[in-house]
Amino acid sequence: MWQPGLAAEALTLAEFNRGTAAEMRWMWVDRFTEFVSGSHACGLKNVSLAEEVLDGYFPGFPMFPPTLVIEGMAQLGGVLLAEHFGWEKRVVLAKVGKAVFHQAAKPGDQLHYRVVLESTQEHGAIASGTSHCDGSLQAEIDLMFAFLDDQRFADGPLFNPGELGTMLRLMKMFDVAVDAQGKPLDLSDKL
Amino acid sequence: MSATSEEIFEKVQAALVDALGVDDDEVTPEATLVGDLGAESIDFLDIVFKLEKAFNITIPREDLSPEDILTNSQFVKDGIVTGEGMGELKRRMPWADLSKFEQNPRVQDFGNLLTVQDMCNYVATRIGG
Repeated sequence: MWQPGLAAEALTLAEFNRGTAAEMRWMWVDRFTEFVSGSHACGLKNVSLAEEVLDGYFPGFPMFPPTLVIEGMAQLGGVLLAEHFGWEKRVVLAKVGKAVFHQAAKPGDQLHYRVVLESTQEHGAIASGTSHCDGSLQAEIDLMFAFLDDQRFADGPLFNPGELGTMLRLMKMFDVAVDAQGKPLDLSDKL
Repeated sequence: MSATSEEIFEKVQAALVDALGVDDDEVTPEATLVGDLGAESIDFLDIVFKLEKAFNITIPREDLSPEDILTNSQFVKDGIVTGEGMGELKRRMPWADLSKFEQNPRVQDFGNLLTVQDMCNYVATRIGG
């Protein structure tokens, strides 16, 4: 039987609040299912009629906005890249090189995202992503990320201390994350 | 066997069409990346990724963006690149046609200098074509 207090990975209320402050509640992946450092990340997105974003996007035809499929994959890819650079870079989505949608994501659908890091540079990276639903291709996305440089964007870190780490724990990243040699990744103290 | 200039042009053209969302026929050798093809600063990173992949090379940032020269007071006076600065630019970018820029070398105009042909020339120097 599930007992919340016994879950090893359970967050304290303070930790939870830190990761879900109203302005930061922008999580478009429900759960990481695979994460191999420097290689790829996979995650699930469950589409629910209870989500407000389905209300107004296409009235009368509830569907998950394709832009948020891109955002979910960008979150997987961004985390993949940030981890690859030791959480030292401020990673932002800079460009969507390609976005092809083969079918609408509808309430009850479970989207399986897979994002592969294709190439990295000192100033950014490119990644390619796919979304599958019930085994068939739902979307194909190419992403380009850039690192904010300290001269032009001297606004400090993108996240408050502890915030990103909490979000990633909520998404179960550290339950599945391994380094390039297959060794489990721990929550970094930089998060 | 080294690539012919036609092969290089075709791959550079494909990279630019992909990165900038322009048509094939817009990517002529004399077209400037910024003025004619509408490249923005973030596109240069994309172009670099696509050229690296197409030609299997790595492109250091300073090769295509000599910002360190253009912001160095030793090489720039009152927004104009000095003779010494021009020498430095030519050493850094021997593949670029700087003749027009040299006539009135205002730093603010440098951003719109590079042409498709310059990119082809650069790639040729890197792959020995």
